[in-house]
Amino acid sequence: MHMRFLYRVLLGCAAFLPMVNTAMAQEAMTIDQKVNETFATFTGPFVSLIFAPLPGTSFPWIVLWLVVAATIFTLYFGFVQVRYFTHAISLVKGDYSDPHDAGEVSHFQALATALSGTVGLGNIAGVAVAVGIGGPGATFWMILAGLMGMASKFTECTLGVKYRNEYADGTVSGGPMYYMSKGFKELGLPGGKFLAVLFSIFCILGALGGGNMFQANQAHAQISGIVGDYPGWITGLVFAFVVYIVIVGGVKSIARVTEKVVPFMGILYVGAALVILLVNYDQIGWAFGQIFAGAFTGLGVAGGFVGALIQGFKRAAFSNEAGVGSAAIAHSAVRTKEPITEGFVSLLEPFIDTVVICTMTALVITISGQLIVDPATNLYSLNEAGNAIATIDGNSGVALTSAAFGSSISWFPYVLAIAVILFAFSTMISWSYYGLKAWTYLFGEGKKTEVVFKLIFCVFVVIGAAANLGPVIDFSDAAIFAMAVVNITALYFMMSIVRKELASYSARLKSGEIVKFKH
Amino acid sequence: MTTKLVIGLDGHGSGDRAVEYASGLAKLIGDCELLIVYVVEWSPYSFQTPEENAERHKRREEEITKAHERVVDPAVEKLVQDGHKARGIVRHGDVANTLNDVCVEENAQQIVVGRSSEGGFTKRLFGSSTVNLVLHASVPVTVIG
Repeated sequence: MHMRFLYRVLLGCAAFLPMVNTAMAQEAMTIDQKVNETFATFTGPFVSLIFAPLPGTSFPWIVLWLVVAATIFTLYFGFVQVRYFTHAISLVKGDYSDPHDAGEVSHFQALATALSGTVGLGNIAGVAVAVGIGGPGATFWMILAGLMGMASKFTECTLGVKYRNEYADGTVSGGPMYYMSKGFKELGLPGGKFLAVLFSIFCILGALGGGNMFQANQAHAQISGIVGDYPGWITGLVFAFVVYIVIVGGVKSIARVTEKVVPFMGILYVGAALVILLVNYDQIGWAFGQIFAGAFTGLGVAGGFVGALIQGFKRAAFSNEAGVGSAAIAHSAVRTKEPITEGFVSLLEPFIDTVVICTMTALVITISGQLIVDPATNLYSLNEAGNAIATIDGNSGVALTSAAFGSSISWFPYVLAIAVILFAFSTMISWSYYGLKAWTYLFGEGKKTEVVFKLIFCVFVVIGAAANLGPVIDFSDAAIFAMAVVNITALYFMMSIVRKELASYSARLKSGEIVKFKH
Repeated sequence: MTTKLVIGLDGHGSGDRAVEYASGLAKLIGDCELLIVYVVEWSPYSFQTPEENAERHKRREEEITKAHERVVDPAVEKLVQDGHKARGIVRHGDVANTLNDVCVEENAQQIVVGRSSEGGFTKRLFGSSTVNLVLHASVPVTVIG
């Protein structure tokens, strides 16, 4: 019933578009420009603060912050991402799940939900941005960041489950704001509440930025790439309407359809990338060569190898959100007697997201020859502005990935467009929930306060679709990294708690107290 | 030793006939316990939104209560009134597998179910729960038309 109504509305909008396109283009451009200008001035100072370079270098301090954290967690937990990798897979398969708990959220479901919030544009557009600016070498740093980030994810998700709130009616709320306030209190440390409030503010901004505006923006770029250029605010309104009926109207059927289609789109995307790689198997070795060579020499990209490194780390963090704290919100829904099991499961996330999917995208872009190489020097040529590698049609972001896939499978850009729209939508739904949890932490649980946030969320869909990519991507990155600043600070204080859990669990696993269930 | 019979119900008409049949059978057996089992179809591999996950425990409790109120408890009550020893069990999972699991756990000797209530496309594609149960059960299955 609802679906039929939605189709009718969408069809209506589609028929309306060409008219709006011609008649209102002139006026609409000015609306888009105005939105863009206001937005850029408003967010500028925040963005500059987060991305301020270390004194005397061009290296943003925030990138170092993430890398150092992932390295410390990796060492502190003795390479937990390697030692417990297969155990994590057993947990997801349900080997350790008590059959009597059937009907509760399974490890698989928590992982799938968290993944549908992270797999998406970061893997398609983000990687293209990284490779377009930092060259194939950025991929190396991205993979490294993904592997290390697994330890950060493990830490935050274990704490997320351990300190979540369980309400009398059986619902749960969890996430960094809860482990900050409760965990610090338990440790006898001051400032937990302050960190929790700060995190919640940044989480709301992150939800509106990377979890919303960036998605709306790239979805619009995809649609206008197919039907022709038209004002962004129109896509924004349509998207905002659909998001509205799902999160405010409670039309679960749409969300459910998306949740089911998204994994298939993900598999289709990886499948297509594999086909392209298999067809060009003779170039895979060369592509990896480019990735390794570029990682340390830069191969002529803007900013040299440091440029590749910064881009790689930045886009990996944006894509898999390790250390950001968002996954801790998603994973805390699992009812397990062992919070650490959810930590193990969550460490698969950066692996699937970054090490597998992002690498596929990067390889396809590298092999496709979309990045222009100067035949004289064998180095990458820069574009006119000198800030990115020149591409065949001057593409960047999603358009670059689309062109790279299109050069091998001509019809794939259409599938990709649908995938991008669906990914964008599912990411928005996930982040609307993350943002909402931060919002209710600040303003209290309750129907009215929830609706206020949801309405703000819908307004930002329109702004995101209308603004240019530059300011949107800057703000999105800045907000998400600001979450990481607060979250990782708390993780440093609380990592000893996770280590105790890990020691106890591994001892019981060895002694045979924790065993697989017969299914 | 008490004989145990598992009666699988899905809230449809054929279930009443299954209960009646099992009641008759129990009278013939004599020392017999009847287990009314309702399985809420659920897969740990389905995809859910974060909000659905957060509410899952609450929904599960509601599903269990509803199944007891609407299907299991009235059937158990009727059997007890008829002088039988009867118990109700509600579980989540794949219908055929879970009915069989309960049967194994409880050491039951037979499963009685109503004819399949699914039809059309789903049945053609995946086969009905009844057919799956008959094919994979560890004990004899009686299907009531």
